[in-house]
Amino acid sequence: MDNTNGKPIVEISGLNFWYGPKQALFDINLAIQPNRTTAFIGPSGCGKSTLLRCLNRMNDLNDEQRIEGTITMHGMNIRHPDVDVIELRKRVGMVFQKSNPFPKSIFDNVAYGLRIQGSKKNHLEERVESSLRRAALWEEVKDRLQESALSLSGGQQQRLCIARTIAVEPDVVLMDEPCSALDPTATAKIEELIQDLKRYYTIIIVTHNMQQATRCSDFTGFFYLGRLVEFDTTNRIFTNPANKQTEDYITGRFG
Amino acid sequence: MPLRRKQTDWQSLGFTAATGLMTASIVAMVVIILGSLAWNGAAQMSLRFIFGGTKEGMFDAAQAGVFPMIFGTVALVVLMTICVLPVGVITAVYLSEYARSTSAVTRVIRGAINNLAGVPSIVFGLFGLGFFVQFLGGGIDKLFCGGELHYGKPALVWAAATMAVLTLPVVIVATEEALRAVPKGLREASMALGATRLETILKIVLPQALPGVITGAILAVGRGAGEVAPIMFTGAAYYLAHLPSHLSDQFMNLGYHVFVLSTQSPDIERTKPILFGTVLVLLVLTFLLNSAGVIVRSRIRARARQAHG
Repeated sequence: MDNTNGKPIVEISGLNFWYGPKQALFDINLAIQPNRTTAFIGPSGCGKSTLLRCLNRMNDLNDEQRIEGTITMHGMNIRHPDVDVIELRKRVGMVFQKSNPFPKSIFDNVAYGLRIQGSKKNHLEERVESSLRRAALWEEVKDRLQESALSLSGGQQQRLCIARTIAVEPDVVLMDEPCSALDPTATAKIEELIQDLKRYYTIIIVTHNMQQATRCSDFTGFFYLGRLVEFDTTNRIFTNPANKQTEDYITGRFG
Repeated sequence: MPLRRKQTDWQSLGFTAATGLMTASIVAMVVIILGSLAWNGAAQMSLRFIFGGTKEGMFDAAQAGVFPMIFGTVALVVLMTICVLPVGVITAVYLSEYARSTSAVTRVIRGAINNLAGVPSIVFGLFGLGFFVQFLGGGIDKLFCGGELHYGKPALVWAAATMAVLTLPVVIVATEEALRAVPKGLREASMALGATRLETILKIVLPQALPGVITGAILAVGRGAGEVAPIMFTGAAYYLAHLPSHLSDQFMNLGYHVFVLSTQSPDIERTKPILFGTVLVLLVLTFLLNSAGVIVRSRIRARARQAHG
């Protein structure tokens, strides 16, 4: 396992976050390593999804939010008013908890982000194919690209959403409990996929499933009540956690 | 202990009977209305009546024709739809996608829309006369027509505009409902891929909401085809020798014609068949216009369910 001393791609420091009067995150400090998978674990409502949504500024869509602190990506503060949020979201893709393919064809789903960025038509077909291949979906859908995405199974839909996200070549892929609505077989496929994808992307995954964190992440952060309790290599967190709360959580004593 | 014997529950029996009776009476009313219209109106139906004009024999069953009224009604409804859809849809998009639901401005707008829906239709007629005909039309004449009278009088376009204001709340409410039914996840997925809010609305949200928009249009058409009061002062004519050929022309209208027939006829017994015939035509026309909307909507839904080719 790599150490944590490489040059991080995302750095979060002194991050506080409020929904209206309620503070959801307290003084988060965290560095994300490139081409590694980082898992955020913790009980429901601990703020892990909120933190994830800060990284592509999805929380901007919420009127009531307030945020303090800095998040840098490649050394640049993504919260700076001059930062183009649209550009940021192209660099930081997101896969959601509930698979949410557009009610369009399989092809159009993957091509959506590319079209928005003004991709040429011939280039489009190549990129759709390579994205579907990377998402391990190509063989299953290559003969039915014009069929509705809604005709796919749940697991296929989620892999389609992954293909759609990576089609625009982001640096970071955020995954918000991507397997929570899937059966074990489909979950296994996605976890395998995550292993493959970290060659190309930096992956941050929020999960409720501790086995999942051990299976597919290199680093793990344990969150509790809006605080980052412990952050270390996944190996250490699950074999020799420094904090009592972390230990209690991973051994299933609460959560 | 033995179980108690079942007792007749008179209260719930009575209530069931009452609800059933009320429902049956509503069905009966519809059947009576439609049945008597079809029965009495059918006698008047002929190609002459539907496709002929009405000249000297306006109140004479043998010579009357309603084609100019059909034409005027369809023209009014089509123009009204063209006016009301963009305004209604854009307002609904603002309210559902841009406005903060808690802000004072939003609450004022919502209040205005609800109040608009409650205004008696004759008030819209007077508003149309004052605002569209006299103010807008008169203004256009003064500015562009050198003071000559072209637009400063009741006209098809002003009647359509008035009717559009009347049906605006229906379109806004139906569209907003459809927009709200679009899952939040789709908006987020689009935004997360780097789409702007506008791109998300145009490419994802509105196409999804289109059937709901058409529902709004169908309701508006149903309302617009039958309303008489808003067009009385703003464009409908008692009698015209020619079909309207310009937006500034007046027009004849089925609903208004029913009003004319029932109030202006010198011999109400001889006019009665025309009256039934006209109402039947109005009913069938409204049904056809609505059916057209329903067919378009189901096509869109079917296409959305399959793939986009």
